[in-house]
Amino acid sequence: MTAGRHAKFLVGGAVILLALGYLIYAGVTQSAVYFITPSELERAAVAGRAYRLGGMVVPGSVHWNSASLDLDFALTDGKARVPVRHQGTPPDLFGGGRGAVVEGTWTPDGYFKATLIMAKHSESYQAPHGDPSSAGYREMIRALQRTDAR
Amino acid sequence: MIPELGYGALVVGVVLAVYGALAAAAGAHTGRPALIESAQHAALAVFTLVTACFLLLAGALLTFDFSVRYVAQQTTLGTPFYYRVTAVWGALEGSILLWAWMLALYTLIVVVRHRGERDLYPWALSVMLGIIAFFLLVMTIPAPPFQRLLPVPADGRGLNPLLEDTGMITHPVALYLGFTGFTVPFAFAMAALMTGRVGDAWITTTRRWTIVAWYFLSLGLLIGGWWSYHVLGWGGYWAWDPVENAAFMPWLTGTAFLHSVMIQERRRMLKLWNISLVILTFGLTIFGTFLTRSGVIASVHAFSQGSIGAFFLTFLGLVLLSAFGLLAWRWDLLRAQGELDGILSRESAFLLNNVFLVAAAFTVFFGTVFPLLSEAVRGVKVSVGAPFFNQVNVPLFLSLIFLMGVGPLIAWRRASIDNLKRNFLGPVAIGVATAAVLHLVGVRSALAVLTLALALFTTATIALDVLRGTRARLRTGAGVVGAVTSLLLRHNRRYGGFGIHLGILLVALGVTGSQAWSVQTEATLKPGQVVELAGYRVRFDGLSAVQESTHARVVGTFTVSNGGGAPIVMHPSKKFYPHEQAPIAGVDYRMGFREDLYLVLGDFARDGSEATVKALVNRLVSWIWIGGLVLTLGALLAIVPDDKRA
Repeated sequence: MTAGRHAKFLVGGAVILLALGYLIYAGVTQSAVYFITPSELERAAVAGRAYRLGGMVVPGSVHWNSASLDLDFALTDGKARVPVRHQGTPPDLFGGGRGAVVEGTWTPDGYFKATLIMAKHSESYQAPHGDPSSAGYREMIRALQRTDAR
Repeated sequence: MIPELGYGALVVGVVLAVYGALAAAAGAHTGRPALIESAQHAALAVFTLVTACFLLLAGALLTFDFSVRYVAQQTTLGTPFYYRVTAVWGALEGSILLWAWMLALYTLIVVVRHRGERDLYPWALSVMLGIIAFFLLVMTIPAPPFQRLLPVPADGRGLNPLLEDTGMITHPVALYLGFTGFTVPFAFAMAALMTGRVGDAWITTTRRWTIVAWYFLSLGLLIGGWWSYHVLGWGGYWAWDPVENAAFMPWLTGTAFLHSVMIQERRRMLKLWNISLVILTFGLTIFGTFLTRSGVIASVHAFSQGSIGAFFLTFLGLVLLSAFGLLAWRWDLLRAQGELDGILSRESAFLLNNVFLVAAAFTVFFGTVFPLLSEAVRGVKVSVGAPFFNQVNVPLFLSLIFLMGVGPLIAWRRASIDNLKRNFLGPVAIGVATAAVLHLVGVRSALAVLTLALALFTTATIALDVLRGTRARLRTGAGVVGAVTSLLLRHNRRYGGFGIHLGILLVALGVTGSQAWSVQTEATLKPGQVVELAGYRVRFDGLSAVQESTHARVVGTFTVSNGGGAPIVMHPSKKFYPHEQAPIAGVDYRMGFREDLYLVLGDFARDGSEATVKALVNRLVSWIWIGGLVLTLGALLAIVPDDKRA
């Protein structure tokens, strides 16, 4: 390979590397999501930054409006309490007293606007017999089967 | 009884595999055929033992032997027959067993095809047996499939209901055939380094293995997407989840390898690069298992954790260290004989293709391990999600689609202006015309226009090539069908490759369509109420409940009309499993070439008076699956034995 051609390939390679480096840099800065807890958010919330907030759903704080699809609840880590709003049906595992991770932004109006809710569940969960939740679904199935029969 | 037999077989298997690896290496080193023959017997014995383990586990599952922990975890008395069979690889321990079994099978095939050969084969056999030994070792210590469970429970816990799907029967099998398949080229590459025969022999020997492995890996990824689309109920097929990325990275480097070997065969270049790529690809298959099984990265795919991560990381370290150590030792032999002559040439198109594919693999790697990096470096947990992967990879993939059109037609060494004109003037015109037409009909997504224009450009290059070849054959007096058939069969690797390219282009079409034009809405309806979306009227008729053998199901009835045709009835549902914390969505969808209508049942009132439904119109998604079929045909054509060489 002649020196001139060698130089061309080096320049070409350098251009590709720089472009790739820029793509990665821009990608990271624009789509970085910070993992935080409610106390950390309370201490230093930056409006507009993307967060992934994890905590427990405060029992009794869940308000679901099925007509407008508005969901309000609060997340806590035992110390701080963050109000969260979301548009759309909550995931199946979601509920008061359970763990949840929400992704979204902190708004200047003083609430966390969630775009995504992930309910946490343990892999090795095993419902004990007589679990209230399973009793709940049996009763619901019966109720539905009654409506069906009518 | 089964646990003892299985555990015993595994321990004997480890010993025999280690013995076989050593015997093959010693035989290769000293040139004593008796040692190699003994290693072959060991390989056969290992295969028999692993098969026996497989059958034992399947037997335990079929007979509900809940004294085996794995059986109790994976089945209940209500689990139907075929899910008891697939439960063999439904969880960690069993999937390692499947992996080991495939490795043993591949090793046996290598033995049958190459026994008697004296150059690369003995070392390759040694490497493969060594790798099997590792997987068998994993099953004796951190992931034992035959562990006992005391006291023996009356009933088991059951398979994760999300896995009760036909996709789960085939997805892991295809994926693992892909993963394990790359072991063969890796083993022969190591043999090439050991013996110093770093020419083309290891590549030509394993060429078909590479295509087969690559094909199964592609199929595994596509089936995974299909499963995600019709089971998970979020309307998507790919989420850049760490587990998906773990399988995608070796696919990217494997694709690069598949292309770069052609340069070595033709021009004696890139020897070093090819060996590095195959090491990287094999390493990434191990890394993927480490990533998904160690729990270092949180993933939606909840897998068990344990000491298994340390095992895989140590093994990966050993593999990379010894492989790259060998590479450094043979450095002098690996210098290229050919040289790159011109920037506009097939060599540089392939080289660029490799650079972009490896760059894509690197960005996926970087994005996947980013939370670990940021925590280690800055002490804050930061992740990058789908936007990062899309943003970084889309330019790379678009460049690759362009190169897919250029590479196969551009001249070797140095393309003249004339050559470029003859091959690319027409396709470029078609690409530009596509962009103009799309713009005129009102497509405003620049990304969609660009992707489709590039895809049409590449399709045109393929059409041009087939047309030329056919015309040349027609002049010899053959009929059209005969001409095309003989063209495809005579140059089956080339046209098989084109078939695979077309499949990839169709996948790109589906991805573009679904990303750019899909729409969705969500509404809570009372019986009789209607939600409208993209011309569809979805009417909620009511809820009902059904009790099935393993679960209860709440079913919504929706009547969907779309302009003229007869209305159709759709039944999205929610399934309630006794052992699960939450119900599981039962998606209902109607597929079409233009779009799919996809309904997911959300929250509902317990008296059936209202239900929330999510409706999605996913555009062009079917072309992803059609692309998979075309890719399959292409791969089949590519692995037909060449009649020239036969």
